[in-house]
Amino acid sequence: MLSLEGLQIVQDDFRLEADLTLAAGARIAVIGPSGAGKSTLLGAIAGFQPAQAGRILWHGDRIDTLPPGRRPLSMLFQDQNLFPHLTVAQNLGLGLDPSLRRVDHRAVDAVLERVGLSGLSARKPAQLSGGQQSRAALARCLLRARPILLLDEPFAALGPALKAEMLALLAETAGPALVLMVTHDPGDARAFADQTVLVAEGRAEPARPTATLLDHPPPALAAYLGQG
Amino acid sequence: MARRAGALIAAGLGVLTLGPVAVVIWHSGGVAPALSAADWAALRFTVLQAALSALASVTCAVPLARALARRRWPGRGALIAALGAPFLLPVIVAVLGLLAVFGRAGIVNQVLAGLGLPPVSIFGLGGVVLAHVFLNMPLATRMILQGWQAIPAERLRLAESLGFGPADLWRHIEIPMLRAVLPGATLAIFAICLTSFAVVLVLGGGPAATTVELAIYQAVRFDFDLGRAAALAVLQVAACGAGVALAAMVTQGAGFGAGLDRMQPLPAPGGWRLICDVVVITAATAFLAAPLIAVALRGVIGLPDLPGAVWPALGASLLVAGLAAPLAVGAALTLALAVAQGARWQGAAAMLPLAGSSLVLGTGLFLAIRPFANPPDLALPVTVLVTAMIALPFAYRLILPHAQALQADYGRLAAALDLRGWAAFRLLILPRLRRPLGFATGLCAALAIGDLGVIALFATEDGVTLPLVIQRLMGAYRTDAAAATALLLVIAAFGVFCICDRWGRADAEP
Repeated sequence: MLSLEGLQIVQDDFRLEADLTLAAGARIAVIGPSGAGKSTLLGAIAGFQPAQAGRILWHGDRIDTLPPGRRPLSMLFQDQNLFPHLTVAQNLGLGLDPSLRRVDHRAVDAVLERVGLSGLSARKPAQLSGGQQSRAALARCLLRARPILLLDEPFAALGPALKAEMLALLAETAGPALVLMVTHDPGDARAFADQTVLVAEGRAEPARPTATLLDHPPPALAAYLGQG
Repeated sequence: MARRAGALIAAGLGVLTLGPVAVVIWHSGGVAPALSAADWAALRFTVLQAALSALASVTCAVPLARALARRRWPGRGALIAALGAPFLLPVIVAVLGLLAVFGRAGIVNQVLAGLGLPPVSIFGLGGVVLAHVFLNMPLATRMILQGWQAIPAERLRLAESLGFGPADLWRHIEIPMLRAVLPGATLAIFAICLTSFAVVLVLGGGPAATTVELAIYQAVRFDFDLGRAAALAVLQVAACGAGVALAAMVTQGAGFGAGLDRMQPLPAPGGWRLICDVVVITAATAFLAAPLIAVALRGVIGLPDLPGAVWPALGASLLVAGLAAPLAVGAALTLALAVAQGARWQGAAAMLPLAGSSLVLGTGLFLAIRPFANPPDLALPVTVLVTAMIALPFAYRLILPHAQALQADYGRLAAALDLRGWAAFRLLILPRLRRPLGFATGLCAALAIGDLGVIALFATEDGVTLPLVIQRLMGAYRTDAAAATALLLVIAAFGVFCICDRWGRADAEP
């Protein structure tokens, strides 16, 4: 169970508050107007965005005092998810051991097969297509097998078909992890997430069933969706 | 971790830079002696010649770097490698080469006389600036060229797809890059020229053309008037500090974002632009090669006179370089990584050695050691330390933009994967910063091999380095033997630089 208790992030005249709890294993969409703080919220949970007040707990233990790499989570960024000078296998191996000394290569090969990248382990990221790069980055998250997975629009640059494919792959492979996915697309939220966190007007609201929220949007969301 | 190590190094640098100055001041009983009119004239001349030298060097380097960045021809790689040569040349030897070309009986004046034109003089302000441009324009070119090569291929492809012509490319991509690169390059050269004294010793001198550094040298060496030397050192520190602060205000990031490692050549426009590039490359090559050829010819003639003392001196020089260069680059990399991670004041510490000259630091250390040990016994360790400190700011300036780009592009990902310490160095920092690290190591090693500063204050008969042997041969008017030794020194410095730089560019050049 991930709890944000009285979390406050203040940056110049930007302000975001969050007071909510998310169940382990849930699929959560994070939706809201541009600049409302969706990425900031994920950044705070991951440890890249310092909070001015509040606590972040996982199953009752504080995690907001830990450095990003020690938190029980993996994160996919909008870009720069792979080191261009390392091979696909090395990029994945970093998920098992950051020094690349104790890497189980069979595990790497197995997860590559799961995401449909068999035989590409020796390639550099520049030799992969955009969809393949997304798959490789997702494969590393699967290898790390942390109980929380944060997705900051990692598939935004992909076409609709590829994006749908990645969402399906994600749903199939994420297993018991709690997944938080920032998205601009209400369709993605409906397809992937049973619950949605609305980030608007300086607040991250507690999660609500996605269908209910999208069918009866509050004014801020309605304006964003173009239904105002 | 880089931040903590950086803080330690920064503190050590502070002690090692400010300590010697404090020792000199304390030893002289405070900055008591008032500065004379001649001292103020020295300050004015120092700043004037350094500013003119830096501006002229960078102004010449921009078109050359641009031509090198966008043209491909056989021998281009050799020319880029050779651009390190004048910087590797011991200053006194470079001056001899310039005298052979531009001096009273030099090639240029012989041609002018043949045409019935009046001769040009290499002595005074013009000659000092000319020598500084010769010594520093190649460094500026290399620094600016690295900026051009760091423009991501994605940006160039975008520019081409938008139909950018050469003028649009200049305005939207090349000017922002230059705004980020030029202040650092200009400041580095300004600082080198502020503390330059061998050039001024030969081509300047007298009341009208004496620098502060030369005045310090004369005060220490001829008068042993440490009070006046200290007062001059404070002047020097103030001038250098102002320069550093100025550059810090104008430097800004280019904000190009990250690019995957695809290679995209710069567009190479034809027509008059091609002609300009050819003229620029040819003229620069001739300007830089002629003095080197003059020195080489003289050195070959003197080879039979090569004294036996050069071999142990060569060993000592290589030892100093082998210790000082990794020390300087390791410290510079640690500081650059710490600054990239947000520790701003450590950047100021990295620039501190710029404010102290080799002679000020050497004199301070000499006085600090004397109560405890015989200074000549510690000549080599002190030379390693001072040489590394003097080289550190240049290594730092070269590495910092790349460390910042590394942090901006991959800092978050590395933190998310818990990639730290030795693993981060091996898997991320070394592969991504290999090119600037190789260049910086080569540069520091060359500086260390060719440096004649602190060793002259310390060494007696044993433990001398090659530049000191040359200086002593010249003092004894054994010009051919000096030139031959200089040739050996150039080969050693150039060889070490090439090995390091090639290592850095091993997997980067297409």
